[in-house]
Amino acid sequence: MSPLLSVRDLRVRFRTMGPLKALATGVRQPFIDAVCGVSFELRKGETLGLVGESGSGKSTVARAIMGLRPPTSGSIAFEGQEITGLSPAERKLYLRRMAMMFQDPIGSLSPRLTVRSLLMEPFHIHGMKDRDAATEADRLLGLVGLPADFGRRYPHQLSGGQARRVGVARALALDPNLIVADEPTAGLDVSVQGEVLNLLARLQDQLGIAILIITHNLNVVRHITDRMAIMYLGRFVEVGPTEHIFRQPRHPYTEALLSANPEPDPDAVIDRIEIKGEVPSLLKRPSGCEFHTRCRYAREMCAKVFPEPSQSGSDPAHSFKCHFPLEGRWQRAERSLVSPTV
Amino acid sequence: MEDVEAIRTAAQDRHDTGRLASFLRQLGKDPLGILGAILVVAMVATALLAPLIITHDPTRIMVGPRLAPPSLDFLMGTDQLGRDTFSRVIMGGRIALLVAFASLGSSLTVGLLLGLIAGFGPRWLDSFLLLVFDTVRSFPVIIFALAIVALLGPSLTSVIFVVAVTSVPIYARVVRTQAHALRNSEFVEAERCMGASTLRILAVHVLPNVIGPLLILVSMDVPLVITLEAGLSFLGMGVRPPTPDWGAILSDGYGYIHKTAWLVIAGGIPIVVTTLGFTFLGEALRDIFDPKLRKDL
Repeated sequence: MSPLLSVRDLRVRFRTMGPLKALATGVRQPFIDAVCGVSFELRKGETLGLVGESGSGKSTVARAIMGLRPPTSGSIAFEGQEITGLSPAERKLYLRRMAMMFQDPIGSLSPRLTVRSLLMEPFHIHGMKDRDAATEADRLLGLVGLPADFGRRYPHQLSGGQARRVGVARALALDPNLIVADEPTAGLDVSVQGEVLNLLARLQDQLGIAILIITHNLNVVRHITDRMAIMYLGRFVEVGPTEHIFRQPRHPYTEALLSANPEPDPDAVIDRIEIKGEVPSLLKRPSGCEFHTRCRYAREMCAKVFPEPSQSGSDPAHSFKCHFPLEGRWQRAERSLVSPTV
Repeated sequence: MEDVEAIRTAAQDRHDTGRLASFLRQLGKDPLGILGAILVVAMVATALLAPLIITHDPTRIMVGPRLAPPSLDFLMGTDQLGRDTFSRVIMGGRIALLVAFASLGSSLTVGLLLGLIAGFGPRWLDSFLLLVFDTVRSFPVIIFALAIVALLGPSLTSVIFVVAVTSVPIYARVVRTQAHALRNSEFVEAERCMGASTLRILAVHVLPNVIGPLLILVSMDVPLVITLEAGLSFLGMGVRPPTPDWGAILSDGYGYIHKTAWLVIAGGIPIVVTTLGFTFLGEALRDIFDPKLRKDL
């Protein structure tokens, strides 16, 4: 079966200064690659998590898929059809079958529209009549568990969790095959986070939607994703089945990220690995392995040679870019998985 | 981001519990606002009902003695041609409002359109339009008015044209700034992701968020326009005689100020009252809808 979404060698480049200024200051490359050579596939009904620090290019990947940022090079195929470089009219056809949820639950709702008109928007845009759209809007409210009289409210009269539900409802409106969720739990307290995630998971089960979820919350990733990808400076450094990566991270960056995740068990032995230094500037990417400046295992070779992706022996779906991948089961992961002994 | 915040606060105020009721309640807290609203309503009503209010034909010469002081028959006296000043003042209000609404209405429309284009269009177009706005704005209004009058001749149309052209850049800039802030907001991007066209985004999602502050600006510009019109007519560059007009009445009175002060008073008071009314109302509206929007934008 061909994948639902297939991203090949995606690169998104931003200009950092005008051409004149670049010429005057002698900068030869006034660009940064926010996303650099990213490839992945997403199958129907699958959930993929994108993880990484702020500025690692997670959101840019999402925006490129949604057509908000044209990719500089590379290809994005959705349902077997190339979707980069389309005209607005052509783009509209595929946007029907994918939807995006934004970080800010309230800010992503048009402030002057009522909830009901917001939910009618997707239908109006795709040419449905008013009365049918109204029926659909009411159905969607019920689907995400909001009472019908919420339809008359304005976004600022909603709580974060309620607004998020409206966002979920809107994303589901046109029966998409893919939902791209950018930090769907940002700004929500933990209980509401749980509600929203369970809602997403339930709807995914019922409707068979594929979800690309962007987050830096590792608990969310572990809870709902099938596979995860770790991004660093616009590249994937490790991709694989979520459980596999949590059990046995191979890239030192992944290891450090996982160790930074808060542990609910107060008695767990926390062996936190601190990452040294700052995230390098995208303007001056480090040579060789780009993580070598902060890696505690870095050796001489790491600063010189760019690591090619290699596969994990136990699972070929698990790949990583490291010259000296970590071996053996990861200590803390094992603890929290196997021994809840107090 | 501040603009977006300001817009959002304005939107909240507007949508909270029963828009009109809460609006009136807020206006009620501002005594100057009430006064302004009363003056404006009175002014508009007078202008609309002018033919029913006047006691004499405002353009008919020698309905009474020349330069008579106020009396029961001639409430504000008569001018140098024996015309009834009261009727002329009342009818003059129509001209003032006509000029204000025609010129501000057209500059509002054009300014809104150009502002949206500048705010949402490509960067080069934005820069080009800003250059045009600044060029037009750097022209002193009176000099521009003189040039237009020399070109088109003194008439109501010239006045309306001058006012419209000179206020377009101000409105366009306000709209442009806010449209620009909204352009990259999440709700606009969310609409894009659903496949909404730029036209739809502008009409349904951007326009309602920029129109409020703009209307406040416009309401505060009404008195400016009315005084400008009166000023131009005073200088003989506006309305042609015998059309009744406040500026023209002032101008006539100025010539006979040694004989009687009534003409100047009759022409001046309505200008002062209207100016105060619209200014108070505009300031009250601004405070209600958008405390951050000041005239010093």
